[in-house]
Amino acid sequence: MTHTHTHHMRYIGIWLGLVALTALTVTTASLNVGRIGILIVLAIAAAKSTLVLLWFMHLSTEKRLLLKLLVPIAICVLAIFIGLTYTDVLTR
Amino acid sequence: MRSGMAHAQTTTAIDVRESKVFSRVGMWLFILSEILIFGGLFLLYAMYRAKHPADFHAASLELSRFDGTLNTIVLLTSSLTAALAVYSMQALNKPRRTAWYLAATIACGLTFLVVKTFEWGAKFEHGLYPRAAVLDARPHGEILYFGLYFTMTGLHALHVIIGMAVLSFVLNFIMRNKVTQQNSAILENGVLYWHLVDVIWIFLFPLFYLIS
Repeated sequence: MTHTHTHHMRYIGIWLGLVALTALTVTTASLNVGRIGILIVLAIAAAKSTLVLLWFMHLSTEKRLLLKLLVPIAICVLAIFIGLTYTDVLTR
Repeated sequence: MRSGMAHAQTTTAIDVRESKVFSRVGMWLFILSEILIFGGLFLLYAMYRAKHPADFHAASLELSRFDGTLNTIVLLTSSLTAALAVYSMQALNKPRRTAWYLAATIACGLTFLVVKTFEWGAKFEHGLYPRAAVLDARPHGEILYFGLYFTMTGLHALHVIIGMAVLSFVLNFIMRNKVTQQNSAILENGVLYWHLVDVIWIFLFPLFYLIS
């Protein structure tokens, strides 16, 4: 029973963390921090999605390496796509 | 004879375990393809924003930050109830509780769509929709911003609708005892899809609502 209780609390804890990060990102956005603002809100979005992937989608306890790596691979592919295109557009 | 039966049972056990792994692998490959679909749109967003930063900034002021934040909390809460639904079935073997958590998840999805409908409705009232005369008179970057806004949140809303449909089927299966603790792959994968919808929104929210 205690075990059960702990797990329930963990899920609720993750949710509280996600809500807190949402509050943080909305506050940061209204502070008018300038050009760096987009980087801050994206970093917080990355942190939030990491929480969801690891704990709600159970990648933290996934034993298969293939499944553990699929999302990081997708993120790397996207980073290359967007990063390279971005440098092209900005330096044209 | 006895050893034959034992052998048959072992084979079945392995088959079940393997098929669980295969269904999970299939689901994650599907999630990967979904990430790449939205990735293409994020790429478009990044390029147009790089070209028209001031217009994107101005257009973003038109969105209701309150509605966006509210919908973010609603989706995060739906992810919590979805995770608790899987947990209640797989770890606790409590189908009734799972059914209630799934119902709560679907209700959150519906709430999200209602808020979204009001948001879109307000934009249409102000003439801010693709090809509208009011929007076409605006700077080029603002037209692009609203084009991306409707495309990306529209595709996301479609995913919410599909997710609700999938979870409704799962809920129906649970009530007819077709999904049980031992046979819960469809529940697990349906909920994985729902979490994916949440993860996509986690990125859409700052990119459209928090850049002004």
